[in-house]
Amino acid sequence: MIRLISILVGLGFTAAVLWAFGNGAYTAVTEGMGERTAEKAFHLHPHAPEGGYSFEGPFGKWDKQQLQRGYQVYKEVCAACHSLKFVAIRDLEQLGYSEAEVKAEAASFQVPGIDPNTGEATTRPGLPTDNFPSPYPNKIAAAAANNNAIPPDLSLMAKARHNGTHYIYSLLTGYADPAVYKNEAGETLAEAFPATMPGTGLHFNPYFANLNLAMAPPLNSDGQVTYAEGNPEPTVHQMAEDVSAFLTWTAEPTMVKRKQTGWPVLGFLLFASILAFLAYKNIWAGVKPKKAG
Amino acid sequence: MSFPWARQYEPQNGFMKWMDEKLPLPRFVYNAVGAGYPVPRNLNYMWNFGVLAGFFLMLQIVTGIILAMHYAANAEVAFGTTEHIMRDVNWGWLMRYAHANGASFFFIVIYLHIFRGFYFSSYKAPREMIWLLGVVIFLLMMATAFMGYVLPWGQMSFWGAKVITGLFGAIPLVGEPLQVWLLGGFAPDNAALNRFFSLHYLLPFVIVAVVILHIWALHIPGSSNPTGVEVKQESDTVPFHPYYTAKDGFGLGVVLIAYFAMVFFLPNYLGHPDNYIEANPLSTPAHIVPEWYFWPFYAILRAFTADFFFIPAKLMGVLAMFAAILVWFFLPWLDKSPVRSGHYRPTFKKFFWFGLIPAMAVLFWCGGAPAEEPYVMLSQIATAYYFLHFLVILPIVSSVEKTKPLPNSITEAVLGSDN
Amino acid sequence: MADTTGTATPDMIAAGEDGVRRRDFINIAAIGAAGVGGIATLVPLISQMAPSADVLAESSTEIDTGPIEAGQAVKAVFRKQPLFVKRLTTAEIEAANAVDVGSLRDPQTLAERTKEGHQDLLVTMGVCTHLGCVPLGAAEGEVKGEFGGYFCPCHGSHYDTAARIRKGPAPLNLEVPEYEFTSDTVIRVG
Repeated sequence: MIRLISILVGLGFTAAVLWAFGNGAYTAVTEGMGERTAEKAFHLHPHAPEGGYSFEGPFGKWDKQQLQRGYQVYKEVCAACHSLKFVAIRDLEQLGYSEAEVKAEAASFQVPGIDPNTGEATTRPGLPTDNFPSPYPNKIAAAAANNNAIPPDLSLMAKARHNGTHYIYSLLTGYADPAVYKNEAGETLAEAFPATMPGTGLHFNPYFANLNLAMAPPLNSDGQVTYAEGNPEPTVHQMAEDVSAFLTWTAEPTMVKRKQTGWPVLGFLLFASILAFLAYKNIWAGVKPKKAG
Repeated sequence: MSFPWARQYEPQNGFMKWMDEKLPLPRFVYNAVGAGYPVPRNLNYMWNFGVLAGFFLMLQIVTGIILAMHYAANAEVAFGTTEHIMRDVNWGWLMRYAHANGASFFFIVIYLHIFRGFYFSSYKAPREMIWLLGVVIFLLMMATAFMGYVLPWGQMSFWGAKVITGLFGAIPLVGEPLQVWLLGGFAPDNAALNRFFSLHYLLPFVIVAVVILHIWALHIPGSSNPTGVEVKQESDTVPFHPYYTAKDGFGLGVVLIAYFAMVFFLPNYLGHPDNYIEANPLSTPAHIVPEWYFWPFYAILRAFTADFFFIPAKLMGVLAMFAAILVWFFLPWLDKSPVRSGHYRPTFKKFFWFGLIPAMAVLFWCGGAPAEEPYVMLSQIATAYYFLHFLVILPIVSSVEKTKPLPNSITEAVLGSDN
Repeated sequence: MADTTGTATPDMIAAGEDGVRRRDFINIAAIGAAGVGGIATLVPLISQMAPSADVLAESSTEIDTGPIEAGQAVKAVFRKQPLFVKRLTTAEIEAANAVDVGSLRDPQTLAERTKEGHQDLLVTMGVCTHLGCVPLGAAEGEVKGEFGGYFCPCHGSHYDTAARIRKGPAPLNLEVPEYEFTSDTVIRVG
């Protein structure tokens, strides 16, 4: 009896899903399998800069000089619009700055405070214990100042996108003129998808998910940031590479420590597993049969 | 309850003797997972996963309690406290990655444990109760994992909570009020986050309780084995300790290598980048997917894209998704074959390897893919097979199949002679 | 593991003396490795409860003592606990110095409890050494106790003008935290 019911129920579910399949197949045959969209035709996957990054791979380490340069790019370019609210200024010490330098760096930011005498909201110079302050007092102010597109917080950007480090680098260096830029099929956006051409206040960038983003190219000329002596030329590519390295650090300051902890743990486990295997074989030695025929 | 040749616990010294009289806990452990539990001598590595699942349950509880010491279940600060754990708490990053990947590994070993049960018909009499309790554990795990994923309050947390509670909205008449009641509001917010945290902390202990029942029920008939032939004599068994403690110890080592390789080198591989964006009720991620262990059921949910007579597509999908797990409860009564092990059931074996396993693989793959062709059509075919397999093929095959001859005993299967 | 060799199975292979010893060694080594792993695991599990980096970073506080006038005190916060910074009047300093140090429960002179050249600035924790209540006497109008310093209302401990315990259950003087003058008026506590 239960099997009869089960067969009926089973056939019911099967019929329902095959009915849905039939509907889908009919649509696919009559209308084709999905439209070719501008995103599909033009969107590019992020790529690494030449030579990659020092922190990539299982043995990767931070290049502190590079992180310091990246911090400089963040501070002088990105910080005008983007917050870094989950990162504490004190953590800059991990980039190789001294305690006094971090204190001076902190004091160069104005953070929200309270006037001790009147209790009114005011600003005060930052302390190392503060997090990086937001450039806008609140979301509405951020939206109002940016044509309704709120600049996202950058603390975790490198983890909040697929292949985030490369995404940041590719996005920063990937702006193009949609009238000139050709995709793999040799088309320009202007001829292939005129409806998708960026409107006012939008900028074409094939690395951005829907191709047009509100942020104007932030790094637009070589030497926009002046690096200290002994550093590479601040070309747009170099600055993009450095700031994406810095934002990888802000997204996960413990990354290198994590990998360095991983090796001894795995080494130990391998050793312990071999011992466990030998002990297992040992204990079963008397019992484990020779398979007879 | 126990085999007559099971070893008897003997206290080794005066203290243990005193303990045995007052609280025979050492005796209990000895009989449960010690030398006092005779286990079939022919278990293969597929029988490691029960103990491993127990290990991961404990790991999740320990790391979870630690995370709860630093986390705050408030929509304003939940995302920030998660980052506080990652950045400032001593070893906090390790605790969080261990917990997040621990959930994945818990599900990996549980899926292997369940599919071991499918292939060797571990659900059959006299082990129906073990199986039913196991399905209950799986349902509790899914609820716990879902609520845990909401806690970091990222974009996937928020939209996952919204979409999954939205499933209840498909229920006729009571659906919408039920969804509002579940969330304690009209969209996920503090009320939902707090109750999810509370239940996420509670349910693992309920799982522990059901696991104890699961193991208790196991000790009544004893463990099944790859031949499916019941234990008949002492030479069919070995004591659990040291034989299977040693084997499980080795298995644990191997699984821990894989687990820690993920934790230390690819901790976010099984996660989703969108969950590193703070929850934003005004903006939906382009592509909402649950965690990978829900993908087969998510694929079944999405496979029902057309209304079926008077049943709306959305309701049909929800019904099918729940039915996909609920059918497991009925397996002991749907599969009437007198033979347990798939080794001796040639027709069943073909349907298992060339039907169920590919269908599950397709469902896993399509559940994580965007809701577009060809994934929808593939998941529809796989869903159809899934229901046919359990509800139609299994009952019919099990009654008409001609099975291979079974060995007389486990000893015979192992040694070639039954002595 | 002792019963490894003692398990009576019919097809047991009799192991030689040396074989037995080597096998026991491997079993013990495997158990030992598991033990080492277990103990190593405790390190993160325990240290996660120690103060986190953000708490440790806030473990020093700077206070400008310039605006505090003689006879006044301010309550600051140091490591999430109250800190009393008090500018003593000449009368209070004299009263503190007039006490026979030998007769005190916790013998300390005012000079030992202040910085050289700043004997009028008394910096103490606002935490009673008895059971941790916050003593009265720092804010204007609060009871200063029988000795004109601080008074803890919880169990009636009286502190004098140098915040030394004079009467009541508290065993020690109010704690003077580590601090230093970073300029003429600014102190950095911790």
